[in-house]
Amino acid sequence: MSKGKQRQQWDNIFQFLGIGCVVFGLLILAVLVIDVCMDGLGRISRDFFFNYPSRKPEQAGILSAWVGTLWIMVTTGLIAVPLGIASGIYLEEYARKNRLSNFIEINIANLAGVPSVIYGILGLGLFVRAMHLDRSVLAGALTLALLILPVIILTTREALKAVPFSIREAAFALGATKWQTVSQQVLPAAFGNILTGIILAMSRAVGETAPLIMIGALTYIPFLPQSPVSVSADFPFVHFSIAGLFDYFTVLPIQIFNWVSRPQHGFAFAAAAGIVVLLAITLLMNSLAIYLRHKNQKRW
Amino acid sequence: MSDKNICVLEIRDVSSFYGPKQILKNIALDVHGKSVTSLMGPSGCGKSTLIRCINRMNDLVPNFRLEGRISYNGEDLYSRSVDVTELRRDIGMVFQKPNPFPKSIFENIAYGLKVQGSPVSRGDLESAVEDSLRKSALWDEVKDRLHESALSLSGGQQQRLCIARALAVKPRVILFDEPCSALDPIATARIEELIVQLKEKYTILIVTHNMQQAARVSDMTAFLMLGDLIEYGRTSDIFTKPQKKITEEYITGRFG
Repeated sequence: MSKGKQRQQWDNIFQFLGIGCVVFGLLILAVLVIDVCMDGLGRISRDFFFNYPSRKPEQAGILSAWVGTLWIMVTTGLIAVPLGIASGIYLEEYARKNRLSNFIEINIANLAGVPSVIYGILGLGLFVRAMHLDRSVLAGALTLALLILPVIILTTREALKAVPFSIREAAFALGATKWQTVSQQVLPAAFGNILTGIILAMSRAVGETAPLIMIGALTYIPFLPQSPVSVSADFPFVHFSIAGLFDYFTVLPIQIFNWVSRPQHGFAFAAAAGIVVLLAITLLMNSLAIYLRHKNQKRW
Repeated sequence: MSDKNICVLEIRDVSSFYGPKQILKNIALDVHGKSVTSLMGPSGCGKSTLIRCINRMNDLVPNFRLEGRISYNGEDLYSRSVDVTELRRDIGMVFQKPNPFPKSIFENIAYGLKVQGSPVSRGDLESAVEDSLRKSALWDEVKDRLHESALSLSGGQQQRLCIARALAVKPRVILFDEPCSALDPIATARIEELIVQLKEKYTILIVTHNMQQAARVSDMTAFLMLGDLIEYGRTSDIFTKPQKKITEEYITGRFG
């Protein structure tokens, strides 16, 4: 009898401990968000988004930073997503399972855990110096693409693994080839989970600062990379260009980092406002990922 | 063309291995056209392995190896000149668990036609879908919701959908791998009824561990145990005057 009571007591204690841990975590997060919002919300205005950084704290804006972030994210995605999905498909569906593929698998998992600053050093040596890309958008995007590639490969493989083998059997039994089976049945079935993984990887890349500082992304950029689309009076009126890939850039976290390290008090508010914007972007991306994951839960 | 009583599939000295493990031991049997042949035996006897050798689904299993010869209308199924995708279209398969694609009912049946080399017109696709659904006795139940998810169907309907899907590519042989083991008795009865109807046009092999099912649907029955073909003959003979003692023990329910 008393033993049963004791067991129940333990049950209650752990329940309280668990609630306490959760509340503690949420409280810290809330304090952080509230503090940042109190400092930063007042600075967020139309001008904040459309001004270049400035020596005067009250005029400083994040135009070059968010445009740079957009450039970097789009380019990173264009490089890392096709490479990552293709590698994942190959490793999961085509590669023979042997020692070599095991070795590769372990190493990709390891790469996903390598600190980002190391990727920065690799980017500096390989893209900035050896390939003479300088501190350009392309060099930054390639570096971040390397950073998130292992994550995309791993989530692609997990998503493919989650598709039951019976679906593959069904397609093969109808005379579908391997590629038809993978591209028309397995990949669509896994697509939701792959997309979730990609968004989570990208939302990690948005906040990365260290690797971009390593490759020498500048902290003060009063201009934008050349626009990929421009309109002029000359035929054919709309012009496309990838010259922007080779321009210098900055991104939101670097801009924030720069402002935080300034002595003038006014920049602290600009930094807080930048943090609010960055937090909003990552929270939005993560919520989208959670929504997609929820929506794609399939019953087989 | 009537291939009734003509040997469609000739299985000769077939042994198969998963890695070092031998599954089938020197199996030899002939499968006749336009009839139902059942492969019966306790679990692990190799009946599923044998049926999966016929449409070469075992090719998907790493370390699978086959010795001996399986001829289909006189042609060696494992010869280099055989296109496996063509072969699987001629020899269709229905699996143990209903495995519809997570797409609409229509798309499920149309898929087999879409993966063929030549494009199919929308009209041909629609008539093929209707035709297959009628043949599998599912048309009346789903004709108003062809574009709903196949996963919304009941288990028995899903299995009939899988049969319709197999029929759509116009096979001549259909392999059933324990098609009713995941179904309730009423759904099972419908599938069995369907199998008996289908033998008018198709050559059917069915794997089952259910003796009554073998007795109900098949013309010929093979009894396998631990990779050996114990006995093969007319179903009525196997169940009324088995030649081997072990067959008799199995059908009288002394083990299995």
